[in-house]
Amino acid sequence: MPEKILMMALSPTMETGTLVRWRKKEGELVASGDVLCEVETDKATMDYESASEGTLLKIVVQAGGQAQVGDTIAIMGKSGEDFSALLSDTRPVAAKAPVALAAAPRAVASVASREAPSAMPAAPPTGRVKSSPLARRIASQKGIDLRSLHGSGPDGRIIKRDLDAASAGAGAGIRAPGAGPAAIAAGPVYKPGPGDEVVPLSGMRKVIARRLSESMFSAPHYYLTVAITMDELLATRARLNEGREKKASMNAFLMAIAGRALLHHPKVNSTWNGDSIIRHTATDIGLAVAQPDGLITPVVRDCGKKGILAIDTELTDLVERARTGKLQPPEYEGATFTISSLGSSGIDEFTAVINPPGSAILAVGAIRKEPVVGKEDRIEIRQRMRATLSCDHRAIDGAVGAAFLRELADMLENPMLALA
Amino acid sequence: MAGYDYDVVVIGGGPGGYVAGIRAAQLGLKAAVIERDKVGGVCLNVGCIPSKALIHQAELFRSIPNLKEMGLTVDTNGFDYKNVFDKSRKAADTLVKGVQFLLKKNKVETIVGDGAISGKNEVTLRDGKKVTGKNIVIATGSRPRIIPGFEFDEKQVLSSTGAIMLSKLPKKAIILGAGAIGVEFSHVFNSFGVEVHLVEMLDRILPIEDAEAVQVLARAFQKRGIQMSTGTKAVSMQKGAGGVSVLLESKTGQRTTVEADQILVVVGRTPNTDGIGLEKIGITTEKGFIPVGDYNQTKVPGIYAIGDVVNTPLLAHVAFKEAEIAVEHMAGKSPRPRLDPLSIPSATYCEPQVASFGLPEWKATEQKVEFAKASFPYRGAGKSVAVEQSEGFVKVLYEPKTKEILGVHIVGADATELIHEMLLGRSAELLPEDIAEMIHAHPTLSEAVCEAMRSVEGWAIHA
Repeated sequence: MPEKILMMALSPTMETGTLVRWRKKEGELVASGDVLCEVETDKATMDYESASEGTLLKIVVQAGGQAQVGDTIAIMGKSGEDFSALLSDTRPVAAKAPVALAAAPRAVASVASREAPSAMPAAPPTGRVKSSPLARRIASQKGIDLRSLHGSGPDGRIIKRDLDAASAGAGAGIRAPGAGPAAIAAGPVYKPGPGDEVVPLSGMRKVIARRLSESMFSAPHYYLTVAITMDELLATRARLNEGREKKASMNAFLMAIAGRALLHHPKVNSTWNGDSIIRHTATDIGLAVAQPDGLITPVVRDCGKKGILAIDTELTDLVERARTGKLQPPEYEGATFTISSLGSSGIDEFTAVINPPGSAILAVGAIRKEPVVGKEDRIEIRQRMRATLSCDHRAIDGAVGAAFLRELADMLENPMLALA
Repeated sequence: MAGYDYDVVVIGGGPGGYVAGIRAAQLGLKAAVIERDKVGGVCLNVGCIPSKALIHQAELFRSIPNLKEMGLTVDTNGFDYKNVFDKSRKAADTLVKGVQFLLKKNKVETIVGDGAISGKNEVTLRDGKKVTGKNIVIATGSRPRIIPGFEFDEKQVLSSTGAIMLSKLPKKAIILGAGAIGVEFSHVFNSFGVEVHLVEMLDRILPIEDAEAVQVLARAFQKRGIQMSTGTKAVSMQKGAGGVSVLLESKTGQRTTVEADQILVVVGRTPNTDGIGLEKIGITTEKGFIPVGDYNQTKVPGIYAIGDVVNTPLLAHVAFKEAEIAVEHMAGKSPRPRLDPLSIPSATYCEPQVASFGLPEWKATEQKVEFAKASFPYRGAGKSVAVEQSEGFVKVLYEPKTKEILGVHIVGADATELIHEMLLGRSAELLPEDIAEMIHAHPTLSEAVCEAMRSVEGWAIHA
């Protein structure tokens, strides 16, 4: 019996996958566990391993084409078998033509699809959304992301009422009245002008749009900026790297020191959870890494307890794979704090959008020589870096954020303090 | 509690009142329940409980022909309804004692007397004694509604209370009003051989229930020889030495006179909101009911009203829930502010039973609520055939796009128990597929519930 090979949800948030490359050809024999193809999900390019054995009879979705989770991407069976019956009830999914901007938003599969395989890696701390079956169905029909809602049922369970409030924009259940994900989903429709290019959204682009809008519209951001004198740290780094073939990166230093500062300020290392706040014991720090189309935040776990070199080794590997889209979900999910650096792009200072489930993100600019008023009012030339902390005011009050940032700055100015 | 005798003073010890008292005590509040008669109210004393005892015995009596089929000879000569009545009193008394015990166990003080509000935080008993409370819960219940010309004398013209307290049955009875009470008394009386004429002004018996479900019951009643005049009103009544004669008028204006030993007038209930001091605190009733907002609060802070005195269905289980909501609110908890009207079950005990919640088809149509429906007959569940209870069905109304459960109507054996699986489904916002996919024990009548949900999903196995 020939069988359909369906697109699987390769990450918890995946709704659509793009076939990057077929690793098997039609007519080729496939063993269970063989990589059939590579699929670009919302976050990374992943290998699709075959769960069945047989001959790849037909490739339904060609490289470059997109398939929704559950769509047939190929047919397998015995060589020479007739599979036309399977083909006739398979929705033809050609490499998708650019979609009109007005295309209806699709539901978020992670919450809508009850059939999502459970073999996926564990969801991030905020991944599980308590919700009633009816609420999930309405959310999927209306294209509302349940994670953007606040549940009013028992123990914070999201119930129909919360969705009614969300779609009415009434604000009773939704954290961001009148805005937020519902607004993104049903955003205004613009007409492209002559000669304009209409770029269909990649999976990653959709996730970035959704997550960051959610963060921006639901978390009340405020920003704290400090200028940090970096001469000591640069000197320390130079000493550490002396004679070392592989030089520890500035990011590894930042992560190690930020991790230690977080241990002193657990309120900053937290997650807003609707009806509670989670204070994390682990200091899992994400680092924003640019990709050709988007960005990803590989996470180094427990930075506060790791040495600089250990962090650097992990980071080098993660960043390299992040740039080529090869990270697995557990490697980029669940950061409790994030660092974004645009110093190498020549930016002096900037503000960043908080990366949930974390409640704060540190935006660091370039290190430049600057005149500084030093001892006895002497003007000195120092290496200075500006860092801006974005905090979610629901979880972190101003004074709390300030105390953390001040200590972090002190540690960077005098790295010995990080060991104290 | 600064200066008050109690945190909560509850006026009325019926289902609403005693639950308010116990729940308050559970939440650490000092509570008193004022009751002029016996705790348990109408429900325990002259309502739900004794009537279920009567119905249970009526059904035993009705099964005599089945015993005969087995070859048994049953001598019914010694039958005396007095014994049936006594048993129903015993059930009521047992449960009244049970409630007394529960109140005592929870250290809720029971004050015997007729209480009326005399100030924002004060209740005065008829003997002049004053009780003060930080909060007051009005739970004074309701009484049978009187219609002019048919005033109760409890000899020939009976209220539901009079009917419950009958120790001797009439030969022929007219029952005015075919709501749950009228239908249940028709069932009891007919079972014990009373000639019953059931009169209803609206177009069908159990007019608030789903018409299809009622049809099954009406057919059964007809088979049993219960005379039913729907769309008919009672115009006047004359009492004579031998009984009553009642002038009926049909919709078309046709008039007939019917005679009977007794007439039972069960056309609804009137809230007990007069003489309880509402005017002292500036509360005006609407059609006799006390207006309340969220958490059953009246417009006077600290004063709550629950049960039959507020305009929600006059059912003991509604009073129970409202008691919990009011007391939890005053204790600083955050209960659901009000009942979901579509999640209130109703249960009528007759053969077959009728149970439901949510929208019946006629109301969905009236309110222009978009719906789809599915139903499954009892006879598709093997057990119903084995136990000779194959009449009936389970019917589901649902929202066509989301399949949200909008209403369920069950007519048939044990309908009043079967309804709860469906009700849990609605309350927990489960979908038909959740119940359809759950394993149900075989053989049970609950399989009909499962199959009805499968019908919604389009794959009932035994249809």
